[in-house]
Amino acid sequence: MNEKPEKLIDKKGLRLDGRKFDELRPLKLEVGVIGNADGSAYIEHGKNKILAAVYGPREAHPKHLALQDRTIMKCRYHMAPFSVQERKSPAPSRREVELSKVIRECLEPAVFVEYYPRTMIDVFIEVLQADGGTRCASITAASLALADAGIPMRDLVVACAAGKADDTIVLDLDDTEDKLGVADVPVALMPNLNAVTLLQMDGKLSHDEFESAVNLALEGCKRIYAMQREVLKSKYANVKEVEE
Amino acid sequence: MPTFFEDKQIVIPGDLLAEGEYVAGENTYLENNKIFAQRTGLVTYDNKRVNVVALKSFYVPRAGDIVIGTVVEVGFTGWTVDINAPYPALLRASEVLNRPFKPQKDDLPQVLDAGDLIVAKIDSYDRTHDPQLKVGEPGLGKITRGQIMKVTPTKIPRIIGRKGSMISMIKEETGCHIILGLNGIVLITGKTLEDERLAMMAIRRIEEESHTSGLTDRITQMLKTEKGKQEEKKE
Repeated sequence: MNEKPEKLIDKKGLRLDGRKFDELRPLKLEVGVIGNADGSAYIEHGKNKILAAVYGPREAHPKHLALQDRTIMKCRYHMAPFSVQERKSPAPSRREVELSKVIRECLEPAVFVEYYPRTMIDVFIEVLQADGGTRCASITAASLALADAGIPMRDLVVACAAGKADDTIVLDLDDTEDKLGVADVPVALMPNLNAVTLLQMDGKLSHDEFESAVNLALEGCKRIYAMQREVLKSKYANVKEVEE
Repeated sequence: MPTFFEDKQIVIPGDLLAEGEYVAGENTYLENNKIFAQRTGLVTYDNKRVNVVALKSFYVPRAGDIVIGTVVEVGFTGWTVDINAPYPALLRASEVLNRPFKPQKDDLPQVLDAGDLIVAKIDSYDRTHDPQLKVGEPGLGKITRGQIMKVTPTKIPRIIGRKGSMISMIKEETGCHIILGLNGIVLITGKTLEDERLAMMAIRRIEEESHTSGLTDRITQMLKTEKGKQEEKKE
């Protein structure tokens, strides 16, 4: 595990875990997994295991944060101490605080925040196991949890990363590729409105490489969105059956 | 002017429902002449109007609604009531006492204390103010006995049924008095615990099978067989 591989991509063009350059890791989604929450979702994205829970809209606490014209959204991204090889301190790190903000700002455009003024929507994201690309998986799960809570939304949000490993543009980087690779470009998309709500880049890419990375990530988003749809609908599959 | 789904198909937030000269109804929104869904639910095309019947939602107060709530706080001049909505509801002391409130004389916790359940009507509510409750009408006020159950607020119309057919049938079959709070809380008071349990069972079943047709008949059947079983036990 700790040995550094010489090459991230072999002669056949396959990656360390045997994927092709444009292949996603295996994905598993579930909604309504936490009974206490108003809405919840669970995602397994490769080795990532993440829970998302949504509460609200509810009375804003502390009260002075409440806004007169809209809901405030609060987001907490947290990694469990056992989520990585070396124990992570449970206190929120600089990175987690930043990711909380990034995820919140990426979900906010999808929610009709102006509908319920003076309230608050809480989004909790708990990373149980991390293996690169947790922010994207978290966004995908959190938007499902929001929809599951019955909160009015413009669209679902779906996220996926692309990047550069060795000298190939690849989709959906895992932890090794992220750490040893050249660049990482996470993208979040509202697929029906065709609007990007998150675009970051870590590393160095040329203009052309950047463009192909973004396009590849968008392609990945659309593939994940298809699964997101299915899982949200499948919760009510029995309703549909009876209907017919 | 195309539509993109069939009537009563399941849609999820962001689904494009119709394009062109349609009117955005419940749980939908209009953007660039296109109508999208806001919630997971069943889409209905009603002439030019596109609606989504939400499968899961939360209660949003509306003036005139009957709700059932729990007193959570006794204040100086009234109570704060949890009505299962994003906003806490306020109940003024003078409203309950039916006369001006005198702080020296009246002891609020003696009238209503934290934890008490009340049936109330929403007097007023808008975006800028928390809902105000009133209890000065027959049938409203403190709840002293019965069973409380929670259902999804969107299912309340189904429990009422067309022109109240479903709820009046349950009332008749079980002999219970039932108050449906529009906030998704139901109060059932019957002569015996068995009657109340029976009514609760029926309501649970409606909640689970709310989108099936011929439900009233099936519930009637269920209540009759259950009653038969109970009588057998007694003998």
